[in-house]
Amino acid sequence: MNGVTAGRSSHPPPEAGAPNGAPLLALRDITKRFPGVLANDRVTLEVRAGEVHALLGENGAGKTTLVNVLYGLYQPDAGEIVVDGRRVRIRSPRDAIACGIGMVPQHFLLVRRHTVAENIALGLPQEGLLRPARRVERRIVEFATRYGLTADPGARIWELSPSEHQRVEILKALIRGARILVLDEPTSVLAPQEVSGLFDVLRRMKGDGHAVIFITHKLDEVGAIADRVTVLRRGRVVATVPAADVDRRALVQMMVGRDVESTLPRARAAAAGEALAAEALEADNDRGAPALRGLTLAVRRGEIVGLAGIAGNGQRELVEVLTGLRRAVRGRVRVLGRDVTNRTAAAICDAGVAHIPEDRVHMGVVATMTVAENLVLRRYRHPPFARGPLLDYDAIMRFAREMIAAYEIATPAATTPVRLLSGGNIQRLILARELAARPGVIIAAHPTSGLDVSATEHIHRLLLRRREEGAGVLLVSEDLDEVLALADRVAVIFRGRIADVLPVGDATPERIGLLMTGQAA
Amino acid sequence: MTPDQIVALLAAAVTAGAPLIYAGVGETLAERSGVLNLGVEGIMLVGAVCGFAVAVATGNPWLGALAALGAGALLAAGHAVLTVTLGAEQVTSGLALALYGTGLSAFLGKPLIGVPNPAPFRAFPVPGLGEVPVLGPILFRQDALVYLSYGLALATWWWLARTKPGLHLRACGESPEAADAMGVNVAAMRYGAVIVGGALAGLAGAYLSLAYTPAWTENMTGGLGWIAIALVIFSTWNPLRLLGGAYLFGAVDALGFRVQLLGVETSSILLRMLPYLFTLTVLVVITVARRQASVPAALGRPYFREE
Repeated sequence: MNGVTAGRSSHPPPEAGAPNGAPLLALRDITKRFPGVLANDRVTLEVRAGEVHALLGENGAGKTTLVNVLYGLYQPDAGEIVVDGRRVRIRSPRDAIACGIGMVPQHFLLVRRHTVAENIALGLPQEGLLRPARRVERRIVEFATRYGLTADPGARIWELSPSEHQRVEILKALIRGARILVLDEPTSVLAPQEVSGLFDVLRRMKGDGHAVIFITHKLDEVGAIADRVTVLRRGRVVATVPAADVDRRALVQMMVGRDVESTLPRARAAAAGEALAAEALEADNDRGAPALRGLTLAVRRGEIVGLAGIAGNGQRELVEVLTGLRRAVRGRVRVLGRDVTNRTAAAICDAGVAHIPEDRVHMGVVATMTVAENLVLRRYRHPPFARGPLLDYDAIMRFAREMIAAYEIATPAATTPVRLLSGGNIQRLILARELAARPGVIIAAHPTSGLDVSATEHIHRLLLRRREEGAGVLLVSEDLDEVLALADRVAVIFRGRIADVLPVGDATPERIGLLMTGQAA
Repeated sequence: MTPDQIVALLAAAVTAGAPLIYAGVGETLAERSGVLNLGVEGIMLVGAVCGFAVAVATGNPWLGALAALGAGALLAAGHAVLTVTLGAEQVTSGLALALYGTGLSAFLGKPLIGVPNPAPFRAFPVPGLGEVPVLGPILFRQDALVYLSYGLALATWWWLARTKPGLHLRACGESPEAADAMGVNVAAMRYGAVIVGGALAGLAGAYLSLAYTPAWTENMTGGLGWIAIALVIFSTWNPLRLLGGAYLFGAVDALGFRVQLLGVETSSILLRMLPYLFTLTVLVVITVARRQASVPAALGRPYFREE
């Protein structure tokens, strides 16, 4: 069961293309504390020129903290950084860039209203004072051709897709002379086909002798691109091993510290009757441009429909129209047989729709209010929580304690402000509130994004249980694995329309990928 | 109106627009870097009184202008410490500065009321250009500060759009995170923009007491600082459009004056409201017409790393 030691004895470390000798980059005993958390505990990491080094760990394992220390965004409390055999102090991103370190962060740091060239020229040394964007264009084209990173220097960032944003970030780092490139969860914004494009780019960089640090929590990617992998758990290094020597199970074991059921128990629930229907919906986005262009979709009782698609194809607008947060210009919305088109959010909620919003901290809870208050946000107006105009805090506290136990919400007390809870516990709280009333329809937007393996597993089980009890679930997710694991049918959204709906048995990642990018009818 | 009267009106518009250009360009710089400075009115008044006092004492209007620049920079530096270093609420700090500047200028200016200005800026024609018909009298028979004002608006537009520091400044106002990650010193850029912006607001005030009026009276700005802030929005943070907006305001202002001279029976107080009413109308129209305004995305938001 321990694939690490077994693997070591059977294979020599595969380091094809990697020159031997001193590492290009070494982080030694890096420690970083935040109030109440030891985010990095004596982390040591060595990366060689010409290797892709995966940094694997659950959310909260300390991966992002570590690379933020490397990039000068955080100052470590202890430890040293060695680049090319020389000890360096990295106090700011400027120092990191000077050391040849480049970063492609998870949330892209681009100026949305500026052009690609302006973003790349920003802060670039060695250029003249005038027309910085014009001067950098030639180099953009040169690097873009060399690494297969097509980009239009004159395009504005807000016009581009997430995968194009990523290319701009990579170009930014390469043009600054980065020899060590850090990519923080780079595949989370990409469609399957785009992932293989990114891997091609990384292989070319590897061939040029660059070192790539590739942060991920997806196990398949480790095998597909990494030469070596370092696993972090709770701020500590578990092991660094050649990627070819470990199997999936061993990696999960290192990452989580125990075995995790990889298949969810799933009864074949019989779907029957309409739970939720959208008919020829049209709606605009925040900028007033059409976002939904005649979208039709139905969810039956007792089934989970997964909505797959690349971010920005109308998912957010669809969820908002269905939950009463955005006006539909045309089309109808039906919930459990009742027309609720353009009714208020409260009316739709009373009609039996639960909403697990995308932005859990801002939309899902009132962060400064207590756990108990947040748990009754949906129903405080009605008995038993309200008596006339007054709130019955005894009833509220009783209900809160029940929910905290039933949904395993880790909180010091029912009176703790929600802002002090972790993301996973905030999400459990939202699920407790939304599901306790046994809604007939559940609309869940990215319910597990950013959550660790155990919280994700818990939330998946809750959704499956409601489905067995007869609720219709619309699951919007950018994580294709999640959609395929939970959904009975997969709907693919592209440019505001449903490109196709497939039974989960027919939905292969390749087929969905083609639909997501509009390449299949 | 005769053609001569129209030319005279336009020339008056260019003169009246000058203080708005100084204050507006200064505010544009601060806001493009991400810092809102609502203290313009107060800074203008302090600039007006300091410039006047120094000009009276030395007999040199240029030293007065210099003093106004310095006084404006000093007041704005206080705003920068509060908003950039300490992350204070920018609206509150700016309003406090506006009130403080108004009070301070009244206090400093007490002994200067009624004192004549021995050395105001005087109009002189630009050799050659001043003789050009129509454009000559409008643009090139003004005083030195007017020449500098439209030069400054053009130069600032070019600097923002075409130079590297200009690009860095714009990035700080749009996404300080992105600028920081690329090694731009966000705090330094914002300090620079706020302080230069304040200096220009000070100069805008001094223009009133050294060239336009030229004397010191309490509250002599009469809300021009607020109009300048409105013009920055009206111009969508673009110094070229600001130039147009300032002259439009100046023209309406001058028109009100002329209507009285023509002997139209109407209240002078009503006429003095005209430019402000006009500004309000334009703001409403602009806001309705451009739903997606080009307000700097990070305007009003302090930036600290590790957060």
